[in-house]
Amino acid sequence: MTNRTSLYQNHLDAGAKMVDFSGWEMPINYGSQIEEHTQVRTAAGVFDVSHMTVVDVSGADAEAYLRYLLANDVARLDETGRALYSGMLNDDGGVIDDLIVYRMSFGYRLVVNCATRTKDLRWMALQTSGYAVSVEERSQLGILAVHGPESIERLCAILKDCGRDGEAEAAAISALGNFRGVELDDWFVARTGYTGEKGVEVILPVDQAPQLWEALLAGGVKPIGLGARDTLRLEAGMNLYGHDMDESVSPLSANMGFSIAWEPTTRDFIGRAALIAQRAEQEEGRLPLLTGLVLEQRGVLREGQQLACTAADGSELGSGVITSGTFSPTLKHSIALARVPVGTVGAAVDLRGTATPVRLVKPNFVRFGKKVFE
Amino acid sequence: MSTIPDNCKFASSHEWVRVDDDGTATVGISDHAQDALGDIVFVDLPEIGATVHAKDEVAVVESVKAASDVYSPVSGEIIAINEELLDAPETVNSVPYDGGWFFKIRLEDSAELDELLDAEAYAELCEGE
Repeated sequence: MTNRTSLYQNHLDAGAKMVDFSGWEMPINYGSQIEEHTQVRTAAGVFDVSHMTVVDVSGADAEAYLRYLLANDVARLDETGRALYSGMLNDDGGVIDDLIVYRMSFGYRLVVNCATRTKDLRWMALQTSGYAVSVEERSQLGILAVHGPESIERLCAILKDCGRDGEAEAAAISALGNFRGVELDDWFVARTGYTGEKGVEVILPVDQAPQLWEALLAGGVKPIGLGARDTLRLEAGMNLYGHDMDESVSPLSANMGFSIAWEPTTRDFIGRAALIAQRAEQEEGRLPLLTGLVLEQRGVLREGQQLACTAADGSELGSGVITSGTFSPTLKHSIALARVPVGTVGAAVDLRGTATPVRLVKPNFVRFGKKVFE
Repeated sequence: MSTIPDNCKFASSHEWVRVDDDGTATVGISDHAQDALGDIVFVDLPEIGATVHAKDEVAVVESVKAASDVYSPVSGEIIAINEELLDAPETVNSVPYDGGWFFKIRLEDSAELDELLDAEAYAELCEGE
């Protein structure tokens, strides 16, 4: 069975090459992936990400339920509209999914991955036992991500063309800080995204998505496919579920340590006991790390390639593996994320039979259009 | 799908070869191939003077999606390479049958051309993929 978003015809009209993405027919590009990537880094682009799953959580125990369900702590969301990134872990500390949770006027809204939808919903339902909570998938909501240095002004300029109260809503959207959102009637607009660039995600009824899409295109925003979405997120050093981590991987081995709320220690959450053990393992050097790689010569690092890793004293540490790799259109050379033994300072990858040294950097390559690593 | 030039012959591995007036041949990859690869970011070319056999791996294209081998459709000696592709690999995407050529080869056995697909047969092959 193939699913289509409410923008299927709009994608075809814009010249999209459609591909299957976890059971959804989605645009991979509308011509050139590299041009689309550059458009988001230098101007403004719009992505249809309506294939992602929106789940609303409400009820008297909504906060208590999510504090148990997620490794990050929703009690940190001290105002309506605030967002945080979290892993949803299993009892062994493996990552079932990564997600964004927003505090809403009615409770909380989660946006989870499309490929993990079925298992996520099943897991979330299973954990409701004992909580007065409603967990409801909102399949009639779509998501448009509008990103790029000009994204917010261009979105604000076309609101009135969508029959909205342009001036008031533009003021509310322009005032948003990073990781903050605002409910505007039946829309929710938040400064979150997956590109490392300024921008917003608009969650709206699917039947309104085509009008917003066409108004954005008429307003000079270009359509961007999932191909460029992947190179943009990798430049931003953001993980892709199923590639950089999954249920067999600790969040501590996936550069997700920042999203674990260890404090308060009295909060029990799924996976906590396992994480404490994994933290000790990592301190002893037995749990690998996710690092960034750059290859400044010709060639492209690819997912699955093996690395020979070496320590500071030149001794061999064993093998690592590239979990995501691509050509960076902004940097004009290849970048990657890789899981390597603790203590790795040097690594070489086999590129078509030649052992090629790669450089280890912090896993964050480009922010706001600029190179950020040393 | 753009028109497939009928002055070229094609390998089933998606390279084209065109015999020039001086009896040498020019080789590149088809429009269908560049479209399937997506944006091309690196091209590795053979060495001038190398002797190659039909179906040998002689060049590599790396796109945003994947690395892919390029096979010589015919046997002979490499007499020129398109060095412009080293700095502007995207030329293969924009003009695959023209400025996006890979190398020129002195044919060893022009009978090999008869074993390749003509434009019509190649169009059918692409249609079936």
